[in-house]
Amino acid sequence: MEGFLAATIVASTPLLFATVGEIVTEKSGLLNLGVEGLMLIGAIMGFVTAFATGDPLLGVLGAAVAGAAGGLIFAFLTVSLRANQVVTGLTLTIFGAGFASFMGKTYVGLVVPKAVKSFFSPVSIPLLGDIPFIGPVFFQRDVFVYFGYLVVILVTLYFYKTRAGLNLKAVGESAAAADASGVNVTLYKYVHTCVGGALCGLGGAYMSLVMMSVWQENVVAGRGWIAVALVIFASWNPIKAFVGAFLFGGLSILGFRLQSMGIHISQYWVDMLPYAATIVIIILSSRKNRKENQPPSDLGIPYFREER
Amino acid sequence: MGQPLKAIEMKGISKAFGSVKANEDVELTVYNGEVHALLGENGAGKSTLVNMLSGIYHQDSGTVRVNGNEVRFSSPKDSIAIGIGMIHQHFKLVDVLTAKENILLGRSSGLFRNSKQLTKEIRAISDRYGLDVDPDKKVYNMSVGEKQTLEIIKVLYRGARILILDEPTAVLTPQEIKRLFRIIRNMKEQGCAVVIITHKLNEVMEISDRITVLRRGRTIGTVDTDKVQVGSLIEMMVGKKVDLAIRKEPPAQPMRPLLEVDNLHVVGHDRKSALADISFTLHEGEILGVAGVAGSGQKEICETIAGLTKAEKGRIFFDGDNIIGKTPREIIRLGIRMGFIPEDRLGMGLVGSMDIVHNLILKDYQNQPGIFLKRGPCAEKATAIVRRLDINTPNIYYPVKKLSGGNIQKVLLGREIDSDPRVLITAYPVRGLDIGASYKIYDLLNEQKSRGAGVLFIGEDLDVLMDLCDRIMVFCVGRVSGIVDPSKVTKEEIGLMMTGGKEDAAHELDQHQ
Repeated sequence: MEGFLAATIVASTPLLFATVGEIVTEKSGLLNLGVEGLMLIGAIMGFVTAFATGDPLLGVLGAAVAGAAGGLIFAFLTVSLRANQVVTGLTLTIFGAGFASFMGKTYVGLVVPKAVKSFFSPVSIPLLGDIPFIGPVFFQRDVFVYFGYLVVILVTLYFYKTRAGLNLKAVGESAAAADASGVNVTLYKYVHTCVGGALCGLGGAYMSLVMMSVWQENVVAGRGWIAVALVIFASWNPIKAFVGAFLFGGLSILGFRLQSMGIHISQYWVDMLPYAATIVIIILSSRKNRKENQPPSDLGIPYFREER
Repeated sequence: MGQPLKAIEMKGISKAFGSVKANEDVELTVYNGEVHALLGENGAGKSTLVNMLSGIYHQDSGTVRVNGNEVRFSSPKDSIAIGIGMIHQHFKLVDVLTAKENILLGRSSGLFRNSKQLTKEIRAISDRYGLDVDPDKKVYNMSVGEKQTLEIIKVLYRGARILILDEPTAVLTPQEIKRLFRIIRNMKEQGCAVVIITHKLNEVMEISDRITVLRRGRTIGTVDTDKVQVGSLIEMMVGKKVDLAIRKEPPAQPMRPLLEVDNLHVVGHDRKSALADISFTLHEGEILGVAGVAGSGQKEICETIAGLTKAEKGRIFFDGDNIIGKTPREIIRLGIRMGFIPEDRLGMGLVGSMDIVHNLILKDYQNQPGIFLKRGPCAEKATAIVRRLDINTPNIYYPVKKLSGGNIQKVLLGREIDSDPRVLITAYPVRGLDIGASYKIYDLLNEQKSRGAGVLFIGEDLDVLMDLCDRIMVFCVGRVSGIVDPSKVTKEEIGLMMTGGKEDAAHELDQHQ
């Protein structure tokens, strides 16, 4: 059981980064459906950078910068050029897939450098790692996982405790109200889309650098779409995103587990689980009525100050 | 005190939206310590003008001076910084945030939300100007009056000395309006400059010191309130003399019941009770007014009669038949027509991107034989309606959403009237209409009444309700709090009934005076 939960943490980390990234983006009122593409961009750029330099931190940085650049493209197209958000997001996904497979052509099957691999091997955190059960599951993982915890905490603090977080919420809820209150709506949208993109990129990098540690085509395999659904499951709350990512991470590795336990269910059914669960979750969460759990009111709605 | 200071001086202001000139060479001067009313019909350019003061729009030409210094605003932030506070017609508040959080919004100083200090500051401002809002209440739980008070506190907290209110009284009860006016007078005494936009003339006469009238984007003139007559103000606004008396003839005798609503209960979309125990009778040849705070069940009563919303229990008799359970189409065939004008005007009733002819076909196609649409008869009808209601449109094939609000409303009402309905339900038919167009609508309703139709008129302006309706039914949170004869009650009494008589605003008012 411990082993299964520990593996769940690993499987949930890419989802966690991508979900929190998309939450940050959506809080600013932009619906970026290009998460899958951003993750792929992050995955390949992280891999290429780490492979070329042999430096794990540069790899992570490369993934974040590439993801942010993807976010910047999205923000520029939708905020400044007023393109349709849904179409732009879908296009970004296609672009990301193409970009990753083009850039990754010569890397297919290559393994990450040793230095990178050892950097991301599990480290036990003193004290916390010694707690029975909880320690081995949560606190004997790699640094990238710990970074994910940190991101959840920081984003939560940012959302609920800082003034900028308050302004961000207003931008997503009512851009007109935020604008009239003197908040720079355009800047907020740009910044948070880029930060959100960077987090998605990190999610992809975790896949290529740590989870697989070898480059393969379509390494992200639909996790970006699950992240989009998880945002709704989490009702735009980073803490709930952690719970959601953990659940879905568990579902995605359940198949291997069941097989190793000698329970034989068709692989196809097992593979379907996370996606089927996504549909169920979306149906269930659309029934929630509390105001606080609703999407940002202005989500997906472009804002032009002078429009009448 | 010497010469009062010019708080705002706008000169030669022009602003165009595409080919539409919203403002042309407009002048406006407002002094500190005065209440200045900005008066004009819809589309006269009032909102455009003040939006330039609040930094939302930017003028194409002309200069703006604030306290003697020329200013150029590139965003609302600049305007706030210089001490201009704007209360928008549609409140710019974030629903899911608390009052306090809304006030804090956009303030750049400090990284974290410092709650206690802020609460103290809000209290100080509230006490000084006689405002009252619970800092920790969420906006979506607030009444319209509370939201407005919050907007005022918000701009005062930012140190505004020039306050602009865009149609602040449109959605308030008489008690709330009194309270607002008391706040405005308070601010005036503190030396603030207040600009108030409204098209309710009695309010202008009551609250303002000076009045600037705009018409079709141009300044017509500025006058002192105590030296001007209402009649001449209207002439300045409209450009011609308008008779302001609403014709009202006694309803036909004997009063024959047409529509009887009996013990109606309706559950709203949020699964809460929207209408409870509603019973009333609409007679032939009468206009029955419905008064109430927005969202008291007006929408539900309209939709239930029209068959769009299911009733939980109760009966509605039309000519002795219970129409509960009938489909909207069957109800329309009986001669019950509804013209509901929602806040966004186009949401229900008309399809914005379609032209007048096609909007007519929408309700007419079922009466045509065959599978193909015949446009000819509808085109004729459209032409007739355009002529009869004096609709200002390039042609009958013009998309209705491009028409002005008044003309859209006329199309909607014209379509419903055209079928000679026996019951006409009309909600907010004059919302956003200018004086001339409003009176045209009142005439049309009176015409229906004298033809013998029963008219259910959902209104928001109590003055109009009292002038036009034979009886007024007052709604309060989904219940009828009374049906009154407008000649026997005062506006204040109706206002009390609207709020269930327990609204402390009224009591508070008594204590203050």
